[in-house]
Amino acid sequence: MKGVPIFLFVLVMWLLIIVGGGLLISIIAPLTINGYGKFDSILDSGVKAVIAMILVVAWIFTLSKIKNWIFHKQIKN
Amino acid sequence: MMLNKIILAILVSAIAFFSVYIITPFLIKRLEKRNLTVKDYNRVGGAMVARPGGPSILVGILASELTLYVFFPTTEILAILITTSLAFVVGLIDDRKVLGGWFKPVALAISAIPIVLLGTYDPHLSFPLFGSVRIPELYVALVIFMIPVTGNTINSIDVLNGVASGFMTIASFALTISLFIVHNYDIALASLPLGFVSLAFYKYHKFPSRIFPGDSGALTLGAMYGVLAIVGHVEIIAAVALLPAVINSFLFLSSVKRIIEHRQIKSNPVTHTDDFKLMATTDKDAPVTLVRLILAAGGPMTEKQVGVKIFQLAIFSAVLAIATAFMMGVKI
Repeated sequence: MKGVPIFLFVLVMWLLIIVGGGLLISIIAPLTINGYGKFDSILDSGVKAVIAMILVVAWIFTLSKIKNWIFHKQIKN
Repeated sequence: MMLNKIILAILVSAIAFFSVYIITPFLIKRLEKRNLTVKDYNRVGGAMVARPGGPSILVGILASELTLYVFFPTTEILAILITTSLAFVVGLIDDRKVLGGWFKPVALAISAIPIVLLGTYDPHLSFPLFGSVRIPELYVALVIFMIPVTGNTINSIDVLNGVASGFMTIASFALTISLFIVHNYDIALASLPLGFVSLAFYKYHKFPSRIFPGDSGALTLGAMYGVLAIVGHVEIIAAVALLPAVINSFLFLSSVKRIIEHRQIKSNPVTHTDDFKLMATTDKDAPVTLVRLILAAGGPMTEKQVGVKIFQLAIFSAVLAIATAFMMGVKI
C-alpha cells in the first residue's frame, strides 16, 4: 500500500486532463466574438488562448495542491 | 495491402531492433577506448560507464524509418526523420559541452519547425468523450512547445540504470497500440521503430548499465515520441502515457521553481545507505523528484527495485493511455 499515493496522483492527473478537455470543447470552443470586423478572428483566438492559459495555470495550481495533500508526509520526510 | 503493411511492420521492427542490438556493443567499445565514460554514482565502487548511446539509437531510427520511407514516401515520415535527427544533434552538443538550462528547450523548439514547414499536423486537438477543437494558431505554438517538453521529460527521467529506455519502451508501445485503436495505421507503423529501438537499447542500459543514452539518446527518443504524437493526432493519449515522467518534471520544476540543468543542483534528492541502497534525502533544499517520492514512500531500495516501481507506474499510465484511445471513439 506504500506506493499507492503515486498511482493515485497519476489517476488524478488523468481525470483532470479529461475534465479540462471537456471544459475546453463544451464551453470555450463554441464562444465567438463578433462586431470587430477584420479583428474578429484575432480577438476570438486571443480570448480563447488567454482562457486556455488560465485553465493550464489553474490545472498546475490544482495539481500542486493535490501533490501537497497526497504526498504531505513524504515530501516533509 | 493489409498483408503488405504487416510484412513491412515486421521488417521495420526487425531493422530497428537488430541495428541497435548489433551496433551498441561496438559503440560501447569505441567510447571506452576514447575514454568517453562517466561515473555511475549509484554503483558500489562507482563503475565507469560509456556515454552517450545516442548514436546507436539514431542509427536504429534512421535505418528503420528510411526503409519505411522507401515504401511509403510520406511527409509525416520525413518530419519524424528530420526533427528526430535535429534533436539528436542538440543532445550531442549538450553531451560534449556544458550549456545553460535554456539551451535545450530553445534548440528543441527550433527542431520542431520542420513539422510546421512540412504541414504534417492537423490543427484539431482531440479529447476523449468530448470530441475535438480546431485551434489553428494555437496549434502551431503547441507543436513548437511539444518537442522540448517530450524531449526534456524523457531526459529528466534518465536518472537510474535502464529507466529512460525501459520507460520509453512501455510508453511507445502504448502509443502504437493507441494509434491502431484510433485507426491511424500508417503512423502506428512509423511508431514501431521507437519501441523496438528503445527495447534493444534497454538490453545494454538496464542494471548494471554498460552504456548511458546521454542527452543525445534521451532527447532523440523524447523528440521522436513528440513528433509521433503530433503527426498521429494523438497528443492527449501521448501525454497520458508519459504521465509518470511528466510528474517527475512537474515535481522537479515546482520544487526548484526555475529551469536548470540537473548538474546545477546543489543538493541531491537521493542519498545512499551503508549497504549502498538508495534512500530519500532529508535535505529540505533538495528538489522533489519521482525517485525521491518512491523512496520516501517505500523506504530504502536498490536501484533495480526503484526501476521496477517506475516501470509499474509506466504500465499503469500505458493502460490509462489505451483506455483514453478507446474513449476517443465515444461521444457524450
